[in-house]
Parts: sequence; C-alpha cells; structure tokens
Amino acid sequence: MESGFLHQFVQQLINGISLGSIYALIALGYTMIYGILKLINFAHGDIYMLGAYIGFVCTSILKLSFLPALIVSMIGAALAGMVIERVAYRPMRNAPRIAILITAIGVSFFLENVMILFASPQPRTFPAVFTATVYHVGAWVVNSQQIVILISALVLMVALTYIVNQTRAGKAMRAVSFDADAARLMGIDIDSTISMTFALGSALAAAGGVLVGIYYNSIDPLMGMVPGIKAFVAAVLGGIGIIPGAMLGGIILGVVEALVSGFISSTFRDAAAFAILIIILLFKPQGLMGKNIREKV
Amino acid sequence: METGLLPVFRKTLIYGICNEGFYLKFYKRKGEDKMKFWKKASRIALAAMLVAGLTAGCGGGGGEKKAADAGKEIVVGVNAELTGNVANYGKSMLSGFELAVEEANKAGGIDGKKIKVVTADNKSEPSESGNAATKLVTQNKAIAVIGPATSGCVAAEEPVLTANKIPLIAPCATAPGITLQKDGKTKPFVFRACFIDPYQGDIMAQFAAKDLKVKKVAILHDSSSDYSKGLAEVFTKVFTANGGQITTDEAFLSKDVDFKASLTKIKATSPEAIYVPGYYEEVSKIIKQAREIGLTCPMLGSDGWDSPKLVEVAGKEACNKGYFTNAYTAEDKDPAVQKFVKAYQGKFNKVPDVFAMQGYNAGLILFNAIKTAKTTDGTKLADAIAKTKDLQVANGKLTYDEKHNPITTALVLELKDGKMTLNKKIGG
Amino acid sequence: MNKVRKFDLKALAASAVLFAILQGLMTAEVIGPFWELNLILICMNVILASSLNMINGFTGQFSIGHAGFLAVGAYVGAVMTVKLGFSFPLAIVAGTVAAGFLGFLIGLPTLRLDGDYLAIATLGLGEIIRICILNIEYIGGASGLMGIPRMTNFTITFWLMIAVLFFIKNFKNSAHGRACLAIRENEIAADTMGIDTTKYKVMAFTLGASFAGTAGVLFSHYFFIAHPASFTFMRSFDILTMVVLGGLGSLTGSITGAILLTFISAALADFPEWRMIIYSLAMIILMLYRPQGLFGNKELSEKVFNSLKGGKSHE
Repeated sequence: MESGFLHQFVQQLINGISLGSIYALIALGYTMIYGILKLINFAHGDIYMLGAYIGFVCTSILKLSFLPALIVSMIGAALAGMVIERVAYRPMRNAPRIAILITAIGVSFFLENVMILFASPQPRTFPAVFTATVYHVGAWVVNSQQIVILISALVLMVALTYIVNQTRAGKAMRAVSFDADAARLMGIDIDSTISMTFALGSALAAAGGVLVGIYYNSIDPLMGMVPGIKAFVAAVLGGIGIIPGAMLGGIILGVVEALVSGFISSTFRDAAAFAILIIILLFKPQGLMGKNIREKV
Repeated sequence: METGLLPVFRKTLIYGICNEGFYLKFYKRKGEDKMKFWKKASRIALAAMLVAGLTAGCGGGGGEKKAADAGKEIVVGVNAELTGNVANYGKSMLSGFELAVEEANKAGGIDGKKIKVVTADNKSEPSESGNAATKLVTQNKAIAVIGPATSGCVAAEEPVLTANKIPLIAPCATAPGITLQKDGKTKPFVFRACFIDPYQGDIMAQFAAKDLKVKKVAILHDSSSDYSKGLAEVFTKVFTANGGQITTDEAFLSKDVDFKASLTKIKATSPEAIYVPGYYEEVSKIIKQAREIGLTCPMLGSDGWDSPKLVEVAGKEACNKGYFTNAYTAEDKDPAVQKFVKAYQGKFNKVPDVFAMQGYNAGLILFNAIKTAKTTDGTKLADAIAKTKDLQVANGKLTYDEKHNPITTALVLELKDGKMTLNKKIGG
Repeated sequence: MNKVRKFDLKALAASAVLFAILQGLMTAEVIGPFWELNLILICMNVILASSLNMINGFTGQFSIGHAGFLAVGAYVGAVMTVKLGFSFPLAIVAGTVAAGFLGFLIGLPTLRLDGDYLAIATLGLGEIIRICILNIEYIGGASGLMGIPRMTNFTITFWLMIAVLFFIKNFKNSAHGRACLAIRENEIAADTMGIDTTKYKVMAFTLGASFAGTAGVLFSHYFFIAHPASFTFMRSFDILTMVVLGGLGSLTGSITGAILLTFISAALADFPEWRMIIYSLAMIILMLYRPQGLFGNKELSEKVFNSLKGGKSHE
C-alpha cells in the first residue's frame, strides 16, 4: 500500500496544482482589468459564470462540439464584458475608485440574480463534450481534464504576456495602465483600449467557466462567487497587475488549500488560504512578484 | 420669485439630487434667497412626511380590508430561499408546494375557498427569514407559513410565528431541536415534513454494519450545514456502537467544488465505505471525484442525495455502489408516488427532488388540517395538524408523533446504472 | 463651544421628537410589526454604516470586513446572556468591548497595508472570523446559536444609535478626528506634520469595530439566533454600499444611505423574485448618477441649520 507520507504529499500537490490552475485562469483576467483600471472587478467571477452558461447553451441545446462552443462562449462573454464596461464603468472613469467598486458589486449582484431568476438556481449538468481519461502515473492519479486546464492556463498566460508586451494593443494597454492622461496625449484611444482589455479579460474568464463546467460537470448561478474572491486573492498574492503573478498566485493558493485539507483539517482550508495571503502581504505588501513602488511625496 | 408647491418641490428634488453648485447656478441667480428656499424646503419635507404617514396609515387600513376579503380565499405564506446560497433548495420546495396548491384549487379549493400563495424571500439568511416571516404574518395575514428549507432559517422565523400563534410547517428542516423547546417540550406551532437527523443517521449506520458488513468507514461531511453535521455525529455514534471504526472524519463547505484533497486523505486510510451526508449539489461532485482518484468502495448517504442531478453530474457508473436513506423514490411503482411524480413533471418538466416532494407533502398536510379543523384559526389549525393520521402523501401514509415529527417509511435506496432501486424498507 | 452645545441640544431634542412620533405611531399600530422590525433594522444599519464610515470615510482606510465584527458582537453578546446568564446591558458592553479588542488586534498589523491590499486583507479576516465560528461547537457551529431571547426593542436600538452617532460626530470634530481626516487627505503629509498615523488609524479601526460589535449584540438579540450565514462578505458589502451611497466621510450620508437601502429592501419584499435584481440596479444607477455619494463628504445638518438661521457665519 502506497499510503506513505511522500506519496500522499505528491498526490495532494497534483490536486493543488489542478485546483490552482482554475484559480489562475480566472485570476488572469482579474489582474488585467485591475492593471488597467485599478478596479477590483467583483463582477469578474460572474462573467466566468456567464461564460459557463453560454457554453452550456451551446453544447446542450445548440449541440455544438467543444471548440466552437468555447469560441462562442468567449465571444459572448467578451461582448458582455464590453457592455458592462461601457454601461457601468465608463461613465465613472473620474469617480472615486470606491464608487466604481460599489458599481462592480452591483453588477455582480445583478448578473447573479438575473441568472437565478431566468435560469433557475438549480445546478445544470454540463454535457460531457470530451471524456476524461484517468492516467495512473506510478501510484498517482491524474485526470486528462486536469492537464487540459493546466495547459490552457499556461498557454493563455503566455499568450497574454505576448499580447501585452509585444503587440500594439498591448503597448497601448500598458501605456494606459501606466499613465492614462499621458497615453491620451500620445494619441492612444483610451476608451477602446480599456474596452479591449475587458473583452480580453472576460473571454479568458469564459474559457475558464467552460473548462470548469466540463471538469466538474455542473454549473450554477452562484458558481462564480467564491472562485471570484479566491481568484482575486490569487491575483493579489502574486502581485496584482502582473500576469505571471496571477498564475503563480493561483497555483500557490491551490496548493496551500490542498495541503491544508490533506494534512491539517479541511474545515480550516479557506481560513488558511486567507491567513497566508495576509501574512504574505504583511511582509511583501506588493505581492510575491510585485515591484516595490516608492511612495511619492 | 417662484411660489407655489410644485416649483419649490422641484427645487427640493434638484437640490437633493444634485450638488450645491448646480443649485446656485440655476436658482440663486433668479434671486431666490437661499434661506427662504430652505425654509420652504423644510416645510415641504414636513408636509411630505405627514402625507407619507397618512398613506402608510391608509395602507394599514388596506391591510385590514384584505383580512376581510380572507373570507373568500385562504392566504398561505411561503418563506423560501429564493436568492442566495441555497436558493435551489428553497425554489424546489416552493414548486412542490405550488403543485399541491394547484391541485387543491383545481379540486375546488377548501370548502369553496381558493388558496392564495404569498411568497417571501429570505436570501438564505436567518435574520432575513425572521423579517420575511413577520411580513407574511402581519402584512399578508397568512394563516400558516410553509418553509424555509434550511433549519437555521426556520429557527429564526419560529419565534415570530409562535408569538402570533400561526402554525409553521418546515418541509425539510431536519435538525431535531426545531420542534422542541429548551425544556424538551414540543413547540405547539412547529411541524416538519421530513425525517429528523438521528433517524436517518441511525438507519444508515445499522445498514452499513449489518447489511453491507463493513468495519471501516470514512466520513466526509459539510461543516457549514447542521444537517450534514448532525447526521455525521449520529452515524459515528451508532456505527461505533455496532463495532465499526471511523477511519477519518473530513469536512467540506457547501458550494465547494473540489474535493480531491479530502478524498486523497480518505483514500490513504483505506476505508471500506464512505459516508457522505449532504446535498446532491456537492455529493454528486464528491462521487465523481472519488471514483476518479480510484476510490471504488461503496458510498453511503442521506436524503439530500435525492435528485436526478446526482446521477447526471456524477455519471451512471460512478454512482454504482451508492446507497442512501430516503423517504421515497421517484421510481417507486406505488400509484401515489407515480401520481405525484407525473403531476410534477407535467407542471415543471423535471423529475422532483426531495425538497419538492417535501414541499408538496407540507401542502397536503396543511390543507388536510384546514379541512378537518374547519377554521383557519392558528391554534385550532395547529391542533389539527398535530392530529394528522394516515394521511396519504406523496410517499405513503403520514402520521405525526408527539414531537411533531412525521412517522413515515424510510427506505435504503441503491443506485444501479443510474436508477434508484429499493434495497431495504424500514418502518412505515 | 457654546454653539456646539446648542446644536447638540437641538439635535437631541429633534431625535426625541422623532422617537416620540415613531413610538406613538407604533403604539397606535399605524406602523405594523413588519415596519417596526425594519425600523429597528434601519437603526442597526445606521450604527453599522456610520461606524464603517469612521474607518473608510474619515480615515480613508479601505475596510470590507465589517461583518466579521458584527458577528463577534452578535456571538459574544449571545454567549453572555444565553450561556453565562448575564444581563442584556452587560452583554452589550461585552460585545462592544470584544469586537473593539479584536479590531485592535487585527488593525495593528494590517493597517500597515493600504488601498486594495488592505481591502482584501480585511475581507479575508472577516471570512476567517466566520470560518472560526463555524467550527466552534460551543456556540453552535454551523447550526448557529439558537434560543437567544428577544431583548432588543425599538427604544434601546434608537437611543443606542443616537449615542453612537453623537460619539462619532464629536469624534469627527475633535482633534483625533481632525488627525484622521488629515490621514485620509494625505497620509504622507499627515505623517510629516507629526501625526502618529498608525495610532489614529488603529484608533478609528478599533472604534469602528466596537460599534459594529454593539450592533451585533442588538442584532442577535432581535432575531433570536446568531447564525454564520448572516455574517458573510455579502453583509460587509451591504454595509459598505450604505456608506458609499450616502457619501464617504459624511455622517448624515451614512444615515441616509442606511435608511434608503434598508427601506428599498423592505419595500421590495412584495416582489421576492425581482427584489435583488431591482436592488442591484438601484445600486448601479445611484452610483452612476451620484458617484461621490448622496452627500459627498459634506454634512447635511450644518448647512440646513445654518441656512435656517439665515446663513450666519460657520464658527
């Protein structure tokens, strides 16, 4: 029997990384939007939910296969993200940041409750669009879907880093994030850049939603609430606004949760996750990969 | 200078909504004195308050009028979780109850009176539940309240109803303490339409020890649900008393989606079965993930498992060797069960889960009591409910014991290829 | 000085009149039990919102974990009366002190963070408190602490609210309050001016937390039960919304925000399916049209009273 400590530890590590890659997937979009607007977009978790629902409609009612469904859902969520930005955030560009935060909470409540009303609070069963294969590597168990999610998160992270660092649009994003007024003076269309960021972030969230829907087989209107908060924690942990940081934060959070429930007690799993966050923040207030910004006097 | 109510009222509004600069720009230059403006504004505010007070008073009068109308219809309140964390349970319960109401009204109502349902949302939160119950009883003049689905919310609304002498049927609140006072006496106005935790936990523990003949069981319970916690406790007690051993007791929180960490830990203790008391939303994912990491032992559970979603999410094969206690099965050939299942499917186009069934039963219990009591007076109605005997409900005959718990059949169901098959019938 | 006292007396008289009117309407049963309940809820929310305003509005520290302190007050108060058999006033004191003490312990390290980092830390702390409560069997764990007698009534809640409001108003106008305002406006400048920023931040945080504790005791002794589900981060958001809606830094704003949101929620109780949708829309729209809150960071009273007296000088 391979029930030794080391064996269990490695298996928990695998569990943690797979859970963490889901957090990372959501955190990527979170961190982008935060980076450009300095807005904690509480509605991000609900966009993730929305994406999962669009994917659900595509696969179960329109009978699309996996890839088209994923693309449709990403486009749908991108549109939703742009609409939300246009209607709820853009008019508040110059408002105090806390006011935008309240609007974001309002949008989040709105999306959740509209879904509860129109899609019923009952969880929905996500159709199995590709079957999971379980691999036994030595004594350890890995599911093909876990690998798909991890790889998707990594690929998206690399793609995002490329977009942000190498393309024109990415340069515009960085410019707006750095100094919006200066960017405007340089001829960058701020509105469309921000809109674009929302579209990208929301599409990422939707991809996460569809993948998670397939992985866990079920979706519900409140599925974005807790992962949304956790993803934000992950983003802050890694240094908010930094794309590889979101990835790192997500994985760390997942691993911490798995190890705490595996070796201490699962009841204190969430408490431990938050406690780690606070401790890290106290010693490295800018997050693990954050740059130390000197206070301006 | 402008005078008259309307212009000044408009200004008050503008001032209230906009900032001072705006006001000054538009009105100060017209020569309106700020002081006079405020004097007027305060007078109007006072007048508005008086008007509001009067309207509220008239509203109160209207409420009494409604009470007079009650001669023609019977108002029943439903306090349900319509939003928030456990909205799906509250909504299921409500739809089950609505089916009962529809059937009763189709049959001509009770003594010619139609039943009117008034719902209130408690946001899945106890304090809101007290708020909703107060509204149902005092504003809507409900003669009885059905719900909420969870024990915590029921505990918060119960004192409000008892104070107003309004009977309460909690369709799915399983905590034993709900119907009992501190001194152990039965609360006169509180009833339930489901098992209590000890009953089910006991049956499953006996079943595991005697029928499945397993010696080592691991428990995975929902530490944010008193229902799940209660069952886990009773199971542990009875199972160890029968010579069994609990290898580990792990916990999760409702709305969790990833259980692999806990399951890996459980796997390391190599149990012969796993007891997972809880609701289908989490359990379905637990079963799926348990099979994925190679846990092939039997899974044991409680009536919260009862939903077609369980098999849908977990998968047919994964559910094999799943056993759970329940009050009925939708696949029972019994005509009463089939009648309910068909009617529910006809109205809502889905197979009822356990909450819907219990909501439906609560309706039948209440309407039967109104018929026998021939009144909607709370105290007499509560007496009539307590005397319910051999009432035909969705899952068999129902009789109340002295603690206001229904004595119903308990079944141990086995999941085989996605179907719930009867394994053992107890009591009834 | 004299003038301040005169104003205080006037405000006190006004609240006495308001109390008499409301109590009269309740006794005459013009206000039914449902609205009576919501009036009490409004009073509790006013305490919560104005205490959070001390932290977020006056001192500019972004805290979104207020529900945690509410929970501590609710549970400590309930344990005092139910388990230990102390009287209700003592329970209120205990709940207040306990929440304040916890606020102090938490505030000391975390208030070094700023902005969104502080926000997420306080959110996390609120959740940690709730998870701890879930796991303590002595206070009922997941089932909540049941069987709490209803000792809160309108009179107690109303006057406690008034007391808290007076305290906060005087705090704001005191030297300590000015220091807090200075920190809000510019922390570095305040520091340079010799203000002990840590001390004042922790002070505001502790006071805010302790008033939340007071509200918690009232809360659990009104709804018969203290249950972890009542203290999720959703409640923290609710309180924050009241504060921001009324205007950060405006006490009268917090009062208005609390009244308005509680009222909307209660008035929509007749439309259970649509309630939360309308509520969230109202939140968005109000913010879109009044991003600085209804009152900005100004107070309503000063203006009104000064204008009524003919716009005399502000001294």
